[in-house]
Amino acid sequence: MDVKDKPTLPKPFPGQVHETPGGGILVSKLDDVIKWARSNSLWPLVFGTSCCAIEMMSTASAKYDWSRFGFEVARATPRQADVIIIAGTIVNKMGPVLKRLYDQMPDPKYVIAMGACATSGGPFFYNTYSVVKGADHIIPVDVYVAGCPPRPEALLHALISLQEKIRNT
Amino acid sequence: MLEEVGTNTEGDLIINIGPQHPSTHGVLHLVITLHGETVKKVEPHLGYIHRSIEKMCESLSYRQFIYVTSRMDYLSSHINNHACALAVEKGLQVEVPERAQVIRVLLDELTRLASHQLWWGAMAMDVGAITPFFHAFREREMINDIMEETCGARLTMNYMVPGGVMFDLHPNFQRKVKEFVQFFRSKFDEYDELLTGNIIFQERTKGVGAISKEMAISYGCTGPVARAAGVSCDVRKLNPYEVYHKLQFDEVLQTSGDSYARYLVRMGEMKQSLSIIDQLIDNIPEGDFQAKTKAVLKLPKGEFYSMVETARGELGVYIVSEGGMTPYRIKFRSPGFSNLSALDHMARGAKIGDLVAIMGTLDLVIPDIDR
Amino acid sequence: MTATELKDKLQSIRQTLSFEETAEWLTVNVDSAEFHDFALELRDQAELDFDFLFCVTCVDWKTQLSMVYHLRSLDRKHSIVVKCKLDREKPEIQTVSDLWHTAEFHEREAYDLFGVKFTGHPDLRRLFLTDDWVGWPLRKDYDDPVNMIKL
Repeated sequence: MDVKDKPTLPKPFPGQVHETPGGGILVSKLDDVIKWARSNSLWPLVFGTSCCAIEMMSTASAKYDWSRFGFEVARATPRQADVIIIAGTIVNKMGPVLKRLYDQMPDPKYVIAMGACATSGGPFFYNTYSVVKGADHIIPVDVYVAGCPPRPEALLHALISLQEKIRNT
Repeated sequence: MLEEVGTNTEGDLIINIGPQHPSTHGVLHLVITLHGETVKKVEPHLGYIHRSIEKMCESLSYRQFIYVTSRMDYLSSHINNHACALAVEKGLQVEVPERAQVIRVLLDELTRLASHQLWWGAMAMDVGAITPFFHAFREREMINDIMEETCGARLTMNYMVPGGVMFDLHPNFQRKVKEFVQFFRSKFDEYDELLTGNIIFQERTKGVGAISKEMAISYGCTGPVARAAGVSCDVRKLNPYEVYHKLQFDEVLQTSGDSYARYLVRMGEMKQSLSIIDQLIDNIPEGDFQAKTKAVLKLPKGEFYSMVETARGELGVYIVSEGGMTPYRIKFRSPGFSNLSALDHMARGAKIGDLVAIMGTLDLVIPDIDR
Repeated sequence: MTATELKDKLQSIRQTLSFEETAEWLTVNVDSAEFHDFALELRDQAELDFDFLFCVTCVDWKTQLSMVYHLRSLDRKHSIVVKCKLDREKPEIQTVSDLWHTAEFHEREAYDLFGVKFTGHPDLRRLFLTDDWVGWPLRKDYDDPVNMIKL
């Protein structure tokens, strides 16, 4: 393909929304407001399997408070939660449980993989027969946090990055 | 694996308290048979965090396998590392210098305090009181700061090595520990005011989940669960290691064996830990912080067993060695495993709300059970 | 009781035992067919009084399996280690969960990871792994090219 060639656009499919002049600005402003509201009130699901759960509890308590950023209520039921923070190792027996929880959460939902174990298997990568090497083998992940366990400030940085990701897409 | 709700022919209800639940302190799956609101049978299903640690340790060297054990019972991670270092030192027959021994005991007792604080906060949250959770974490953060300066990490410190400790103490250590002890002593009365004398808390825990002394021994319970039933089993008194034989402290025993007795035993243990820290913090001897060992450790052929007292009970490390660089078989005798097997016995005939109070006072950490 | 006193007492009960005294506690080797009766005597005899079973391990020596039981007496303050050799093709031994309740969970774990069958156990099924798992993972000849990434 040469640089001077005009790009070939695909043919419009039936039902495609055609752009109206000036209408896009109204919708995108409304989109911005909705995204701002969504990102500032994400409610996490109580889900901690091992050591990272303790650092998650530290982030929730008085010294590094995450409810300043909108993560006020940690719900125990997935039907009322927006974001699932996978804190801890996922093993073969726990995989179907995680998938079921993810399916039960209503859209729009986000996933944060906290710690080395949820990112890639972590310290349990070699010579283990029962560890899933990374939670993204089971559900799609938005933000990965490194650390074993990550400091509460690292988890707060991940939460703020997730908020920016929601606002910018 | 995941059973649906069902009834059997006598009109009983079988429900799951599933792996994801705010009050199971980890991933424990309980299948409960209920008759109305009374519990008839509790069956724990384990394995949701079985990370095959014992198989993995067979391919790690004697210096490497210690980091994995801090993730087993992560609330007393120093004490786990201590047990492994003791087992390897037994095999190598190396003598740990006195300064390292005192540092190890100080860190153990600080870890025990931190673990009991988190237990107190989490148990209060289970029984319905949310405020103590934040009080407990406020104190715990002070201990985490001390640990971070000296050992490098807040939760899973990898500080004990075979032969001593990895680095020397930070210069601020003594001052910060003294400040913490003074601060915590003044807050202890607050703890008692909030929870111990509270009539609602006492109604929820007195007479609930009682276990007799003979059954506690038969089920293999150790730690505060057994001491609440009157069994004298503190490893620091029966089989003293490091400098415990020189220290003055009491073993806290109760007789009734119910949840309130377990609560009182742990509160008493916190006071004893404070007194141990007081006895040691001004008398840290000078000297080496690590004995000289080879870079690559090889244990002789044989078996070595070491036991320590964690915040949950007696942890045992059993190493079978064939003379190589890696252990042939390692078995961790975890305290939560035997404490959990007594849950069925304790919970029969109780209401379902009492089951939560019993699990709160058993202080289970599930990765310790599943390994 | 010291190790020599224990050895004399045990030899007077049963003559077919063999002893090792190299480790920290006295180690007794007993035949797997006689194990349950021997354990009953250990628990009930007044001078022995081993009421606390604290560790049940299985070790895979490549030609055979062996079960290791660590026992302690809380009143008399002595400890002992009992070992039994099991055949690798058909490892079976009688359960001691009727003597010490703690053995219920420990024996389920040994069955789950090594495949040792405990005759008379009230509820012998897998504990940590899923029910449809094939194989005994902690044996030395366990091979799993899918999950286990070798270092």
